[in-house]
Amino acid sequence: MGKRSVVPFGPQHPVLPEPVHLDLVIEDEKVIEAIPNIGFIHRGLEGLTEKRDFKQMTYVIERTCGICSFGHGMGYVETLEKMMNVEVPSRAKYLRTIWAEMARIHSHLLWLGLMADAFGFESLFYQAWRVRERVLDLQEMTTGGRIIFSVNQLGGVLRDIDSEQEKVILDTLKDVQKDIKTIADSFLMDYSVESRLKGVGILTKEQAHDLGCCGPFARASGLNYDMRKLGYEAYGELDFEPIISREGDSFARCECRINELYQSIDLIRQAFSKMPSGDIAVSVKGNPTGEYFNRIEQPRGEAIYYIKANGSKKLDRFRLRTPTFANLAGLCEMLKNCEYSDVGVLALTIDPCISCTER
Amino acid sequence: MAIMKFAPTMLKQLFQKPVTTKYPMEPIQYPEGSRGHVVVEIQACVSCSLCAMSCPCGAIQVDRKEKTWTINRFDCVQCGYCVTVCPPKALSIVPGYQTPGEEKYSVTEQHIMTEEEKQKALEAEAKKQAAIKAAMEKKKAAEAAAKETK
Repeated sequence: MGKRSVVPFGPQHPVLPEPVHLDLVIEDEKVIEAIPNIGFIHRGLEGLTEKRDFKQMTYVIERTCGICSFGHGMGYVETLEKMMNVEVPSRAKYLRTIWAEMARIHSHLLWLGLMADAFGFESLFYQAWRVRERVLDLQEMTTGGRIIFSVNQLGGVLRDIDSEQEKVILDTLKDVQKDIKTIADSFLMDYSVESRLKGVGILTKEQAHDLGCCGPFARASGLNYDMRKLGYEAYGELDFEPIISREGDSFARCECRINELYQSIDLIRQAFSKMPSGDIAVSVKGNPTGEYFNRIEQPRGEAIYYIKANGSKKLDRFRLRTPTFANLAGLCEMLKNCEYSDVGVLALTIDPCISCTER
Repeated sequence: MAIMKFAPTMLKQLFQKPVTTKYPMEPIQYPEGSRGHVVVEIQACVSCSLCAMSCPCGAIQVDRKEKTWTINRFDCVQCGYCVTVCPPKALSIVPGYQTPGEEKYSVTEQHIMTEEEKQKALEAEAKKQAAIKAAMEKKKAAEAAAKETK
């Protein structure tokens, strides 16, 4: 047995843009154990529910995370709507689905770029972000915000997508799909990428299940676990199957996310073809009472929303469990017995969003 | 043949024009619905202060007496909630982001009353005073009546 030492990793690290601190117990070049430590970016957003009314909170909750912002806003208003028995117009549901899938595309492209940067392929990094920029432009055109959409409101959405915008979106997505194909080839068929990702950081199906992992991280290990299959919003009317890879290594996670990009584009096309015309919002009166527990699928995995209300304008309690919080346990398991030089890349493969996790 | 795999991409890169724009020389084109900053059409403002109460970050202040509307552009997060709650639809959110500054400053706009509005305000004030006067007299009369019965 070699000499063991503890090497701190993060919260500031050139590879990892997120402030997570890992204490790595290292023997020679092998990681024996990883102890996570979070708490560097806590902002007390859940506590703000005591000071702001429930309609204002929609905009606060959206700002929990920069990347899955639309999902958080949608999850929050959906929980309130179910609690207050509000029937949202069908068109609003489809619009939410379209924006949620756009957010997924831009989130996964961001991750692919960061991943390429992490293993030192910088031209691939900027190619991925170049494609992402086109999706961001679509988002700004339809919602007014590049990343933080602020289009959710209790009872529906604030903006509509007209037929002209629909045409622009579908045309752009055609180009984006072509560009993604080129990027995907570089990721999945290149020898140097393969040597860095294949067989690294393996998490078996059983481990992923026992540790409660979620999202593309769990699906890459073979778990069939996608919250969109619950059929919230318009997902129940769309035709899709969760994308699953079997290997459970870093390469499988990459592959899983790339295939999800194609799936999201397909879902947007389906949603546009099935979207009915009509109202985009209903007015909601009164204050919420009771408790509700809701789950939705974010780009990073399953997010859980819990709301307890007392009939006044201010909620009693709001709790948000983000996908990264669930995946951190998987990360620590995966880091055991890996090379020290792989830690940066492996930490990225769970698509960590620590700012979300600490709220 | 790992080298040849990237050759088409490389060749394309050599001949295509840059994807970035020459930003300061070439101004940015914002789409129509872009949420840049909040503007007020101050003559339509009724100083109800709903926007100030609804703002999640407390960036707006409304003085009902002076009829002023103040926004701290550095506190505003461009969520657009004030625009949705404004009863006379005096607020709108338009493209173009706030320019950076060295310190947080706020912008104040004052509602200048027209002759008609001034007249109305005076009438309302007179009505209010009359109501107060009437109420006071009523109270006095009631007190006097109570004394007499004693």
